Amino acid sequence: MTSIISARGVSKHFASQQVLHDIDLEVRSGEILGLLGPSGAGKSTLVKQFAGLEVPSSGQNVVMGHKMPSLHVMQQIGYMAQADALYSELTAKENLDFFAALYKLSKKQRRRRIAEVLAIVNLQEHANKLVSSYSGGMKRRLSLAAALLHEPELLILDEPTVGIDPVLRKQIWQTFHDLKQAGKTIIVTTHVMDEAEKCDRLGMIRDGKLIALGTPNALLQQTETASIEEAFLAYGGA
Amino acid sequence: MRVTALVTRIIKQLIRDKRTLGLLILAPILVLTMLHLVFNGGDYKPKIGLVNIPEPLAQQFASEGAQLFYYDDADEAQQDMEKLQLDGYIALQEAKPHLTLEGSDPVKNGAVLKWLQQSLAPLTQATSSLPNLQADITYQHGSADMSQFDYFGPVLLGFFVFFFVFLIAGVSFLRERTTGTLERLLSSPLRRWEIVVGYVLGFGIFATLQATVISAYAIYVLGMLMEGQFIYLLFTILALAFTALSVGILLSTFASNELQMMQFIPVVVVPQVFFSGLFNLETISQWLSWIAPFTPLYYAANALRSIMVRGSGWEAIYLDLLILLGFSLIMIVLNIWALRKYRKI
Repeated sequence: MTSIISARGVSKHFASQQVLHDIDLEVRSGEILGLLGPSGAGKSTLVKQFAGLEVPSSGQNVVMGHKMPSLHVMQQIGYMAQADALYSELTAKENLDFFAALYKLSKKQRRRRIAEVLAIVNLQEHANKLVSSYSGGMKRRLSLAAALLHEPELLILDEPTVGIDPVLRKQIWQTFHDLKQAGKTIIVTTHVMDEAEKCDRLGMIRDGKLIALGTPNALLQQTETASIEEAFLAYGGA
Repeated sequence: MRVTALVTRIIKQLIRDKRTLGLLILAPILVLTMLHLVFNGGDYKPKIGLVNIPEPLAQQFASEGAQLFYYDDADEAQQDMEKLQLDGYIALQEAKPHLTLEGSDPVKNGAVLKWLQQSLAPLTQATSSLPNLQADITYQHGSADMSQFDYFGPVLLGFFVFFFVFLIAGVSFLRERTTGTLERLLSSPLRRWEIVVGYVLGFGIFATLQATVISAYAIYVLGMLMEGQFIYLLFTILALAFTALSVGILLSTFASNELQMMQFIPVVVVPQVFFSGLFNLETISQWLSWIAPFTPLYYAANALRSIMVRGSGWEAIYLDLLILLGFSLIMIVLNIWALRKYRKI
């Protein structure tokens, strides 16, 4: 399987604080890669670099054969940040229409895709409501919809299911698997252990270091533990 | 096309935000109206006491322009003045009129002195053999009945446009950063210049609307002196608005919340008034006066006065306008550069 992302010796420090330590990571094309770790571990900084929003202090990230940041590659990435980046004065539809225009989707494409992504996140009935009247979970879903609009090859989702109820979370994970079937690559950060098990491969991050990488089963076997949580502790404690 | 999307979005957002839109247009109108009423109120009539002034002289003191009170005793007048019922009184000392002023309010002092000068003028004329010294006065610009409001007006017009556009554009851009939407924009292939240009154009449309409405209101409703062409006035206000816009967006980069944006007002906005011509620049301390050429309002006020008071046209204002546009251009370039902080390309 070919790599869609290669992080090579990536380190990052802000002022005197070291956020990422010499990370080497290959993300395979068409997989769902979970990045698991406590908050402040450096997950967001790493995925922001993949999305082209940050640059490493040393090392480099190559995405789809281009060194990041590259505007050409960014056209093919769907990024969803931890904060819901939405315009609350606008309706859900107007938000999506604006984001779609940023990726130069034609009017016809926009209309089709907006309907599709709204259906995926189950917000069709609320399409014409102002985002300011949305609940936290609805905003999260709309943010996800915005990231899917331009049918990106690579989806980078920073804690996509925070504040979403279990039923809907299950639906959203089903969507991720559907997208994977369609050949897309997905990177998901999370600190929820049961979500981690649903990923094809899992990277464990702690204090800016990639402490383990493998399929959930392999990680469990290596550490001879019964749950991801115990496995994480085993790696972290070692 | 991406810039168009950005512009449309900004317009939609502002139209939904009725209160901000109101602030942009109604607030300057309200303040200008109040200033108009404050400055164009009737002239102050000083209250003056006359103590034992003999009849021929008393007749000279025209009762017009002042409220006169007659006293037999200087002490009584003194007491009334201390009770602030009089602004001053005139008594004879060694056969010459002597004026005592209450003195704590310069405006009242001025009014008393002006009145005294006017009433004594015919007197000096009659008693001296000199020919009439009162010269005929011609006003090259303005007129004798040009009010303070007419002189302040152009500066205030510029100031309010600068103030409100600066604040609203700055806060909007700040919000884009604090709510994470700026990061969202930068995660798309949108170029940095497209963001800045989109913002300048989007708010430029509202600035145009604001400039037109406020200028028309000041001139046609409040009757502010307007000798020149409205179109020149509009160009000047617009050039100033674009400067305010780009300065506001740039400074928002250095603020981490709305309150910090407000903190720029006393530092960046208010001092510009000092160099806008409301105060005579030649009398400002040299320690300070060198700042004037670096403040956009200095050029805008200069051009506005040329148009409104002197009725000048293009040839008198084009340099000021070019400098204002130069300001905006520099700020726009700095803005695009400042966005590097959030994305390197």
